[in-house]
Amino acid sequence: MSPTSAPSKTGKAPSRASRKRSPLARFLVRRVVTALLLALGITLVTFVLTNLVPGDPVSANLGQRALGDPAIVAQWRADHGLDKPLPQQYLLYLGGLVHGDLGESQQSHRPVSEDLADFVPATLELAGAAILVSLVLGVAFGVFAALRRDRLPDHVLRVLSLVGISVPTFWLALVAFYIFFYRLQVTPGSGRIDPGMTAPPHVTGLYTIDSALAGQWDVFSSAIGHLIAPALVLALYTIGLLTRFTRSAVLEVLGQDYVRAARAKGLPGRVILFRYVVRPALVPIITVAGLAFGSLLSGTVLVEAVFAWPGVGQYAYKSATTLDLPAVMGVGLVVGGVYLIINLVVDVLYGVIDPRVRVS
Amino acid sequence: MKRRAGLRGSLTGGSLTARLPEAWRQPLAVAGGVVAVAWIVVALAAPLLAPHDPLAQDLPRLAPPGSGHWFGTDQLGRDVLSRVMYGARVSIPLTLLLVVLSVLIGGLLGAVAGYFGKWADETIMRLADLVFAFPTVILAMVVAAALGASLTNAVLAVLVVAWPAYARVTRGLVLGVRGREFVVSGRLLGFSAWRSLRVDVLPNVTGPVLVLATLDIGTALLLLSGLSFLGLGAKPPSPEWGAMVASGVEVFDSWWVATFPGLAILTVVLAFNFLGDTLRDALDPRTARAIKERAL
Repeated sequence: MSPTSAPSKTGKAPSRASRKRSPLARFLVRRVVTALLLALGITLVTFVLTNLVPGDPVSANLGQRALGDPAIVAQWRADHGLDKPLPQQYLLYLGGLVHGDLGESQQSHRPVSEDLADFVPATLELAGAAILVSLVLGVAFGVFAALRRDRLPDHVLRVLSLVGISVPTFWLALVAFYIFFYRLQVTPGSGRIDPGMTAPPHVTGLYTIDSALAGQWDVFSSAIGHLIAPALVLALYTIGLLTRFTRSAVLEVLGQDYVRAARAKGLPGRVILFRYVVRPALVPIITVAGLAFGSLLSGTVLVEAVFAWPGVGQYAYKSATTLDLPAVMGVGLVVGGVYLIINLVVDVLYGVIDPRVRVS
Repeated sequence: MKRRAGLRGSLTGGSLTARLPEAWRQPLAVAGGVVAVAWIVVALAAPLLAPHDPLAQDLPRLAPPGSGHWFGTDQLGRDVLSRVMYGARVSIPLTLLLVVLSVLIGGLLGAVAGYFGKWADETIMRLADLVFAFPTVILAMVVAAALGASLTNAVLAVLVVAWPAYARVTRGLVLGVRGREFVVSGRLLGFSAWRSLRVDVLPNVTGPVLVLATLDIGTALLLLSGLSFLGLGAKPPSPEWGAMVASGVEVFDSWWVATFPGLAILTVVLAFNFLGDTLRDALDPRTARAIKERAL
């Protein structure tokens, strides 16, 4: 990114030629800077939030006898920087962050970054599978509904997508678990792979990819099997959301003059549909998909709780309820960061798909 | 005031009141309306309708649905039907309160941001961006945990994540009308900023915000019951739906304990989403025409 972004960072007014050459680069730089500022804001929010907590980290960490000795308490506070004024504590915290130090979890007594490295891939695998399913099904349903506007399929899909966004995720997870695992026994139980199997060698942390890389096909099929039910439960909301948005986006494009012109020109229906209708409709859809990913990350907390999926959601829940501050802050940072990256990717895709964004 | 009402109508493209009657005849809106009203009646009349005391533990434990207890009983021998009915008194008023508060707070902040611009705009909207940067459940969970687990704190936590949506929408709408002639001429006539906001700007903003609020009732209820499901909301004896589903996890075999409160949440959320979806169509001039054509 640095060579292309250089013109706008030199401080000199960019020449007319360079301005013409890299509108996308300048657009990217602006986006990245905004994202970095937001990331700084996220650290501030997590820091403030965790300082609002009424619980006292000293009493949570030291034993009864140590607590009775003021010297030990003072020493512990000094060791952890707690005797300094809050702004200074924040700067210390930021300084640690730059070196990848997220503090130590009070529950696991391990660095938070190590904990997160264990839990984040599981959630990414789950959320990734869910967003993939949602994009494919949501866009397909939405296009279909738009093409059959005001006829039976449209009405049925409208009701179904509204049901999709209305179901309480935690309840659906429970119902799915009860019916498909407990009663019908067509899906495997909780966790990421069958009990007794060992995890594939760590490459990406995603069991499906790692097992495929290692050629362990039994682990691979087990990982896929375990992924299906929670991913589908998680995806239902976003499928509903994307169906509704795709439908209206496609309807909007269908009414455009250039679509009528393409039809009048005698272009085959398939070409009109994919090149003239679906591509421009993708622009708003991608924005919504980015937002949908955020709601997926929210949903994982609830779905992971039911399916005992060892992901960030479970970790966040455990840390939040036990007031494990460094862990909570770490989760907030990582999840907020992932969300920022997704939004950045969405903005960039936006620019790639719609030339008007780049030029303006 | 009359003249202004006309102006408002021309701005949103046909008046809101004229379009509502057709919207109400849509089957989805009818279904949503009936279910929503039914739940409100249940909430109001729960003491009359419920066959048992929702807290009394005097029935056989974990009895499957049958006569005497149509929705079965839970692990403490309480009647699930009565608890679901009383649950409406917990969840529905809190959800409505939550949405009203987010509309007021978010709407006011958004209007201030859009109308005054400059640093007010920057401060408020960057704050909103920050909230948007977190997934709602995780942020609400952290806030709820930080404040301590209780239903009031859960409401506050949801409020923290809910207001920015209204701020964004209101700001955009206010920006759209701020430069209009009738607003400027009001200011030239000597309206104060607040009077101008209230009399000239606000009426042009209410429609879309109303739609958002209706659709948001469902989201708010899902989030609130989700927090309770995680144990960060209602406390045990309270018949809150999310907490009831959570208690059903412990007695997995007795499916009725979790199923019925879940269905209650689903039907309430669905009802308001049906209403909100129809409202949105009615307020969108393009789809509104389609509704009118079919209604004739």
